[in-house]
Amino acid sequence: MIRDDRGRDDAPALGAARSPADARVLLRALGISKKFGGVRALEGLSFSIRRGEIYGLIGPNGAGKTTLFNLLTGIDAPDAGTFEFDGRPLAGARPHQVARAGIARTFQNIRLFANLSVLENVMIGRHARSRAGVLGAILRDRATRAEEAHIEQRALALLEFTGIAARANDAAGTLSYGEQRRLEIARALASEPLLLCLDEPAAGMNAAEGLALKALIESVRAQGVTALLIEHDMRLVMSVCDRVLVLDQGERIAEGTPREVRSDPAVIAAYLGTDPDAGASRAGTG
Amino acid sequence: MDIFLQQIINGVTLGAVYAVVALGYTMVYGIIQLINFAHGELVMIGALVAYSVLQILDPGGLPPAARLPLALVAAAATCMTLGWLMERLAYRPLRGAPRLAPLITAIGVSILLQHLALMIWGRSPISFPALVASETYVVAGAAITNVQIGILATSTALMAGLALLIYGSRLGTAMRATAQDPAVAGLMGIDADRIVALTFLIGAALAAVAGVMVAGYYGIAHYTMGAPLGLKAFCAAVLGGIGNVPGAMLGGLVLGVVEALGAGYIGDLTGNVFGSNYQDVFAFIVLILVLVLRPSGLLGERVGDRA
Amino acid sequence: MRPRAALRRDSRLLAAGIVLTAVALAALPFALAGIGTAWVRITNLAILFALLALGLNIVVGFAGLLDLGYIAFYAVGAYAYALLASPQFGIHWPFWVTLPIGALVAAVFGVLLGAPTLKLRGDYLAIVTLGFGEIVRIFLNNLGSPVNITNGPRGIARIDGLRIGEFDFSSADTLFGLVVSGPIKYYYLLLAALVAVIFVSVRLQNSRVGRAWEAVREDEIAARAAGIDTTRVKLLAFAMGASFGGVAGGMFAAIQGFISPESFVLVESIMVLSMVVLGGMGNVGGVVLGALLLSFVPEVLRFTVGPMQRQLFGRMIVEPEVIRMLLFGLALVLIMTLRPGGLWPSAVRRRELSLRGGASGPLR
Repeated sequence: MIRDDRGRDDAPALGAARSPADARVLLRALGISKKFGGVRALEGLSFSIRRGEIYGLIGPNGAGKTTLFNLLTGIDAPDAGTFEFDGRPLAGARPHQVARAGIARTFQNIRLFANLSVLENVMIGRHARSRAGVLGAILRDRATRAEEAHIEQRALALLEFTGIAARANDAAGTLSYGEQRRLEIARALASEPLLLCLDEPAAGMNAAEGLALKALIESVRAQGVTALLIEHDMRLVMSVCDRVLVLDQGERIAEGTPREVRSDPAVIAAYLGTDPDAGASRAGTG
Repeated sequence: MDIFLQQIINGVTLGAVYAVVALGYTMVYGIIQLINFAHGELVMIGALVAYSVLQILDPGGLPPAARLPLALVAAAATCMTLGWLMERLAYRPLRGAPRLAPLITAIGVSILLQHLALMIWGRSPISFPALVASETYVVAGAAITNVQIGILATSTALMAGLALLIYGSRLGTAMRATAQDPAVAGLMGIDADRIVALTFLIGAALAAVAGVMVAGYYGIAHYTMGAPLGLKAFCAAVLGGIGNVPGAMLGGLVLGVVEALGAGYIGDLTGNVFGSNYQDVFAFIVLILVLVLRPSGLLGERVGDRA
Repeated sequence: MRPRAALRRDSRLLAAGIVLTAVALAALPFALAGIGTAWVRITNLAILFALLALGLNIVVGFAGLLDLGYIAFYAVGAYAYALLASPQFGIHWPFWVTLPIGALVAAVFGVLLGAPTLKLRGDYLAIVTLGFGEIVRIFLNNLGSPVNITNGPRGIARIDGLRIGEFDFSSADTLFGLVVSGPIKYYYLLLAALVAVIFVSVRLQNSRVGRAWEAVREDEIAARAAGIDTTRVKLLAFAMGASFGGVAGGMFAAIQGFISPESFVLVESIMVLSMVVLGGMGNVGGVVLGALLLSFVPEVLRFTVGPMQRQLFGRMIVEPEVIRMLLFGLALVLIMTLRPGGLWPSAVRRRELSLRGGASGPLR
């Protein structure tokens, strides 16, 4: 449903393997380091995300999760290290180029175009996968009209998929919190990403909304989109992720299935000896 | 005569006035992140009110030494009233509105003040009375007048007083706290509205004095004199790092000197293709260069992307 | 969804409305000429300002970039036209060469101004654009010597009017027994230009490019994450807005036959901005309304307030020009504080205001 069967040649096809050498790896981070002032935020971090998996990123506050997110999405540049995405280096890419390469994101503090309609929000999300320019806009030639119709139809399909189609013509700012999260995901999916990065999507959600979110993430994955999930809500991470990377003070302390990570002594120590499940009530930024 | 030193003296004098006006911009910006576009008009109103008071007192035969303080007080009082009204009517209702909204009302206020002044003082330039007989001293081959010395002394005193107020008084601490974080300052019992109003009052008083100084320096006052001066002072505030009080002082002086040297030497440098009639361009070029190359200004914090 | 029949009825009503408006607009200049040719000229200037306001609306209304030096592009267009079609250099190129050149040069200036400054936050951008406008004016004023390019403050006179083959827009003709004066010819030309610019504006607004502008205006960071190259999109807005200004400037030069730096002062920039703000930023209809209001009301005042004062007080107390400016200033303050969306707000503004629940808020 969220796959665009009419995707053009230059648009990355969802979930399609590109380089046979690392067919299974979608994103590879190699020795990523970042300092702010003199403070070490990330130190020599390496990991790989495989195609089609839901990869979790957890860690106590200040572990470097948000820093990593910002480096990956081009908001900041790493001091050292490289990202390789879909077989190509992402070095020095600016946010819009990252989006075009096939990485879409949501924001921890929801950033919607609050005064635009829900539908417009998702249509804007398709910017990277459409091309009409000024001339097309003015002349509204056949190709442009077809593209516009396609953008709208895809956006509506995504609203159906995320379950907020009924609100298509309302201002995004009038949606409930849970709906706003869904809209952000719909907008991100509109760019036909290979990798969907979710920055604490469950933050501030009630239990029912959390469950619905879990179902949504799983159905996104069922469509062949890989997901990177930063989350404080341990229950969500543990129940939805295939593998989890645990960061503490900018370094990787564990990686593995939720079950492996849960019993890892280093992880337990990092969470001050508490059971990771207790982290569900934690709040704040990473 | 030493032309270089002469240009420096002229530049520093003008720069001191810029600095005093720039303080008004920078203090308001520091606290509510508003570019008070109409601030320059207060300079103009200050000059014209002072002129009127001097005219009224003239037949009374009061000595200049007595007339000037009265004129200054009247000018400051008028400007403070206007500054307070401005904040209350045009800016306060717009706190929390999109950032461009108060900038647009500020432009509106600027137009209003300019044309009110036009109605009161007329369209033609007014010759501002000389309060003291001009005397010129020659120092190291350059001339400096007693008016210039007076301007420098007054500006220095104002800036020192303001520095004392901001860094040495309870009020100053409250101002700095509000600039840092209005919400937290509010929790500490600081009435942010009051601080903002006070900031406008102080800035307006400084603008009034600057208006009298600049009118006295050039011997002329006019209803359009405020806007260009205000713009240059704004450039000075940005040059120093907007929101930064010492930065505004430094920025004013640097801009004054750059302008004076630029106007003095541009002819030689460009083989007389450009002349001193391009003097007004320098401030804007400095502004654009600073904003592009070092948006934080000489002493300030980064302002590039803070949305 | 509304029933098809209702839609069809609507579109028939719309068609009838368009025809009626077209007839009224076609007849308008003759009616105005009946009152006095001055009114045709005033109308022409009003349309010119509407063109300018629509250009600025792309920058301010669509992309959310406050440009306080917009008149500079008008100046660039006017001078480009004047230099290429006047005795100043003895060049007399036809308008279909000079007008596009003016638009192009203005667009280049727009990009030159935008490229280094667009990463600045909105209010800084505003001041830099203001400085840019002043720089352009100062250069126009001073480039009369040592090499005479712009003729300095004296301006350029005897600029060629527009002509297509034998058809001269500047002189009167008799068509079907009707005397069509120069201003009336220009009126039709300007009206056509206005319709074209409205058309282009609306099309742009409802397009991929227009959505990208909206996204940039609403939230730049989210826009980038959605794959929008914000720098490019903003430069595009600057260039488009500037080229509209350039064309309007060229037409201004042709119609007036004389230009000087005095026509391109800061107040003019602010006037165009007032039109956009008063009418309704981002709403094409609102912007045209704002431009027409702020062009006509002062003229009406000129013809009423002056004589009225003379009658009441025996002399002119407040010049109409001053009243005009006071009204501008007051309008900006009142609109922003009481009706921030303008007289005819765009749908987006209306949503924004209802979401915000009034303009007042906590100290930020």
